[in-house]
Amino acid sequence: MQQQPNKLRPFFENLEFERDDNRMVINFGPQHPSAHGQLRLILELDGEQVVKAHPDIGYLHRGIEKMAENMIYNEFLPTTDRMDYIASTSNNYAFALAVERLIGLEVPRRAQVIRTMLLELNRIISHLFFLATHALDVGAMSIFLYAFREREFAMDLMEDYCGARLTHSAVRIGGVPLDLPEGWLSDLTAFIDKLPEQIKLYEDLLTENRIWRMRLEDVGIVTPEQALDWGCTGIMLRGSGIEYDIRKEEPYELYDELDFDIPVSDRCDSYGRYRLYMEEMKQSVRILRQLIGMYPKTDSQLMAHAPQYISAPKEEIMTQNYALMQHFVLVTQGMRPPKGTVYAPTESPKGELGFWIRSEGEPYAYRLKARAPSFFHTGILQEILPGTYIADVVTIIGSTNIVFGEVDR
Amino acid sequence: MAQHQVNYASSGGLPVALTTVDRLLNWGRSNSLWPLTYGLACCAIEMMASGASRFDFDRMGVIFRASPRQADVMILAGTLSKKHAEFARRLYDQMAEPKWVISMGSCANTGGMFNTYATVQGVDRIIPVDIYLPGCAPRPETLQYAMMMLQKKIRREPADMKKRKLQRFV
Amino acid sequence: MRKYTPKENVQAKAKYTDRFWVAPQVPRNPVEEDEYFAGVLAAVKEAVEVLDAYIEIGQLVIHIRPEQNIEALRTLKEECGYAMCSELSAVDYLAQDGEFEIFYQLLNLKEAKRVRVLTRIKEDQGIESIVPLYAMANFAEREMYDMFGIYVNNHPYLKRILMPDDWEGHPLRKTYPLEGDEFASWYEVDKIFGKEYRDIIGPENRDPARVDRYDTQRFSRIGHEVPFGADPKSVDTTETPIEYSSEILSDYNKGPHKVLDKRK
Repeated sequence: MQQQPNKLRPFFENLEFERDDNRMVINFGPQHPSAHGQLRLILELDGEQVVKAHPDIGYLHRGIEKMAENMIYNEFLPTTDRMDYIASTSNNYAFALAVERLIGLEVPRRAQVIRTMLLELNRIISHLFFLATHALDVGAMSIFLYAFREREFAMDLMEDYCGARLTHSAVRIGGVPLDLPEGWLSDLTAFIDKLPEQIKLYEDLLTENRIWRMRLEDVGIVTPEQALDWGCTGIMLRGSGIEYDIRKEEPYELYDELDFDIPVSDRCDSYGRYRLYMEEMKQSVRILRQLIGMYPKTDSQLMAHAPQYISAPKEEIMTQNYALMQHFVLVTQGMRPPKGTVYAPTESPKGELGFWIRSEGEPYAYRLKARAPSFFHTGILQEILPGTYIADVVTIIGSTNIVFGEVDR
Repeated sequence: MAQHQVNYASSGGLPVALTTVDRLLNWGRSNSLWPLTYGLACCAIEMMASGASRFDFDRMGVIFRASPRQADVMILAGTLSKKHAEFARRLYDQMAEPKWVISMGSCANTGGMFNTYATVQGVDRIIPVDIYLPGCAPRPETLQYAMMMLQKKIRREPADMKKRKLQRFV
Repeated sequence: MRKYTPKENVQAKAKYTDRFWVAPQVPRNPVEEDEYFAGVLAAVKEAVEVLDAYIEIGQLVIHIRPEQNIEALRTLKEECGYAMCSELSAVDYLAQDGEFEIFYQLLNLKEAKRVRVLTRIKEDQGIESIVPLYAMANFAEREMYDMFGIYVNNHPYLKRILMPDDWEGHPLRKTYPLEGDEFASWYEVDKIFGKEYRDIIGPENRDPARVDRYDTQRFSRIGHEVPFGADPKSVDTTETPIEYSSEILSDYNKGPHKVLDKRK
């Protein structure tokens, strides 16, 4: 008889059944199909009602902030992909924006158009993914298949642009590396022509669906005071009736030139948030349509001209000696931003994503703090879960739209 | 069982197939591999995409199960952190024999780009792995190919548990 | 002689710095230039002692004393309308000054303005928790404690959050190496198998490109496959061009295949 090599003693996953006060402490996760990754919740139940919830996170802690202190700025950019891996470009962009503000860089207009397009495309990808998984958790399996079908078309577009499906690294500090490939805009037009029909299909299936409404309405109430207190941003904040979208209030890129609406719901519950996600996808389609019109009016420059920080275009590197030397120094030693601190907030699909960078004039960041929206949306679970029923826990986790690469970093 | 095709017309209409017990068992095992939904990080999204509409894993007999007791294959999709390592080993122990492990993505194979204090540098430090999938993140096609390779591997293994154990590490 | 490596900061250093290099500074504008921020600063100055204040990249920065963090933030929240605290964490300056710098990043939603409050504490000094003002600090202060070992007084539940409870060391300190210390490198082995299994499993491999052709359990050379765990001496080490074994890899380029021009 071969002995078990490990010394892990078996224990009951459900922590405690029998207690004097007729309560039960159960464990949820870290491997749970509805935990959206590696969330572990320790729930204290009174009958079916949650009395106390204790989110335990850190099961995906990978030391990304520590890596940032040991990598030159350009080297760190692909690592940001792995934070919010459902919409990678929004992370790349948030990091690039922080460094650009630190060194005071102006990005060429064509790069801005492409970046904004990619950001909005990522928002659609992320929201479709939210819809798919949230519906799957609540029990609507067919939506999962429909939403993933549409998502694949958007992923194909991303893949045509940058070559990767999931981890894009499509944005560079100072611009974008590539121009749009031939025929990309017509593919995008075809996609956004079709998407509103599909969104209507989902809405027909869900919005007035009796089961869907019963599972979502008045579940996961976040009052405006709670939302502010717990640092909720993005749809968690707008779903509580507070209109604050960083794209409108503190515009970056081309958002101040674009015409779009910020949907707000004062229902404060999961259903209101679901409606906002659907509405935001329609607004993203609207933004993309305007950007397609803006693209041909720009000249072909893609990267900012700042020889101290940014490598010259490839043709110059290949033909001019000084550009080659500069490129060599920037690749081997890295750029040295000035001393100082920057915090650049952006509106990622999940909420306010910002990078807080303290630079000491070295090629390595002295401290980088990623302000991840999901981290705080996990924190609020301990406030909103008590009082709900155990069947609603999955709905509430799904409705907060947390992603664990970002929570644990 | 391609190697045992029965021609009903020539063998008198008798549905007879001759095989060994090993092959029969392995045929059954390899054609209904049920993986555990064990999404750890980014690769889990690609794992979900493989199960969804475009790539459709179900046609290969691969149906995701949420409980380790019902699963045959553990797909470690993503970074395994040191805090999580204990749970991964527990889940592996909870799976019923015969069981196989696919390590999906660079992080699970070697720690990948996360060469840090918090990441397990390769899940094979704690769990025996059958198939390693390169890529960050591997495409769904890669996962499908890995499943096909695993099926091939299973078909060549002895079906007897004791013999299988001799060939495996840990 | 052994090479000297400083212990108080083991993070990556610039490989080469010109001896005449002086790092420039991000411009710090006086607060008087911005009318709105001047008002905010005046309100804060009434409540607490302000050590330094300036505007850096569009955000007001206020340096205060660590004992007065609650009063300063309460003034900002209640009088100036900074209803949300976006982020809070620390920066390690132990090697230079023996201090931590703690920052609070606040947001006024009505004006869409941001303020950063900075304060410095000594290594063994604690800081008052701001959970009564901003509940988001519950998680953020726990993370700060976990990553830096900064004690937060009167926090409702000050325990490690990202690292396991039995972890040793505080990872984001500059003294903590990126690849972890001795404890970190054996953590999962000790926990699952016990210390006696360290020899069997072996040390962590931190070289991502390592290939060991004599290791017949983890590696196999394509075209030279041997049975699992075979004697390393039987491994053929002669350099031969790679030939794909038809048994394991099939050549998909052989037969006629159809290429789709377009997704269906």
